[in-house]
Amino acid sequence: MDRPLRLISTDTIVGTPIDALARTLEALLVVASQPLAVGELAEAAAEEVERVETALGLVSERYREGRSGIVLERVAGGYAFRASREAAEACGRLFERPVERGLTQAALETLAVVAYLGPVSRPEIARIRGVAADSTVASLVERGLVAEAGRESAPGGAVRYRVTPLFERVFALDTLAELPRLDDLGGEQEAIRERLLAVAEARAS
Amino acid sequence: MPSAVRELELDLDAFEGPFDLLLTLILKDQLEPAEIDIASIVVAFVEHLTARDELDLDACGEFLVLIAALLEIKARHLFPEEGAELDELEPEEAAEELARRLAEYRRMKEAAVWLSERLATERERFFRLGPAPLAPQPERRLASQDPTLLAEALRGLAVPPPKVSLSHMALRFPPVAQFLERFRAVLRRRRVFDFDGEVGGLPRIEQAVAFLALLELRKSGEVALAQASPFAPIRVSRTETERTSAWTVRSA
Repeated sequence: MDRPLRLISTDTIVGTPIDALARTLEALLVVASQPLAVGELAEAAAEEVERVETALGLVSERYREGRSGIVLERVAGGYAFRASREAAEACGRLFERPVERGLTQAALETLAVVAYLGPVSRPEIARIRGVAADSTVASLVERGLVAEAGRESAPGGAVRYRVTPLFERVFALDTLAELPRLDDLGGEQEAIRERLLAVAEARAS
Repeated sequence: MPSAVRELELDLDAFEGPFDLLLTLILKDQLEPAEIDIASIVVAFVEHLTARDELDLDACGEFLVLIAALLEIKARHLFPEEGAELDELEPEEAAEELARRLAEYRRMKEAAVWLSERLATERERFFRLGPAPLAPQPERRLASQDPTLLAEALRGLAVPPPKVSLSHMALRFPPVAQFLERFRAVLRRRRVFDFDGEVGGLPRIEQAVAFLALLELRKSGEVALAQASPFAPIRVSRTETERTSAWTVRSA
């Protein structure tokens, strides 16, 4: 939690209503198979959002790296339990991570286009990457990282795609705003143009 | 730009030299795109790749982007009306456009690298996956109801329904033969008679059957029918030539 919990000391909360709420939230989170938003938690616990946030502070204190094998994380716009990083090796012996296994370079590039520009159609993706995107998009849909999001407004418009909450979860993002800014990424347009023209000048002289 | 693409030496009808010079000349409008055989460039590149004996994917990608841009420019030049937009572009602007697209793609490649690195650093996060087993939303609460009202409603349903009338199924059609005989008997006494006068007092259904009998007699040529106008009385007369042929009775 980003807000300090000065009002609550761990010595005095056991047995208080806020502690009972924290236990309820733990229960909800352990049953959930996807992140739960604060609003959903509040509704299920029949509590006010503010008190739920306070109780979530308690829960995330109990379930943090180094203290528990289960860790509460804020991801995909909600809260979810996951395994602690120190248990990753053991988890890896027993479980697979099929969603991201064997993602190709083409798939990652397509994923980037959809994440930044979505909702975006396959023709648009193809225009940016310079190759047809059909099979790549289909494989991303199958993995659950990308989903259909309506059609382009023109009649018979192409299907558009966006990334799913699972994408955010796999890449440990609370929101898409946590992606690096496009302007900060390579693609120095000016430099490319300069280089094109510089080569031309050199040849022409 | 990878050297495999930049230093690709071309020997075309319209141009001889490295690939990037060709691109630059086209962008600067010093070379007519229509004169460039793009297929030859592709063949040259493939030969070049084969000669190097290793598959440089970055070079291939770059080449595809450039050749696609070149194809588009050529296509627009071949169809001047539709390519007006690009025709208006100054060489500088065209270069700008090409650079913009390359930059856009490069940014996405960088983003893909970022995603790939992110996957590596988050590899240790294991979590539960599966369909969301969410409970259906609870029904809206109804105000408390009086059970006697329900009983009353049920009682209304428990009353036996009114007996369905089958009277329309009781219609009995008299055999057509009955009227055939009757009309023949009349015709033996009189040459002409009035259909309405003969059957006027009968029930509607019998009148209908009588009319069928009349049609049968007409069909077999035993009678002639005349009617002055629609809905006027039908006059039935005996035909002069006596027909002997017996005819089969058809039930109504």
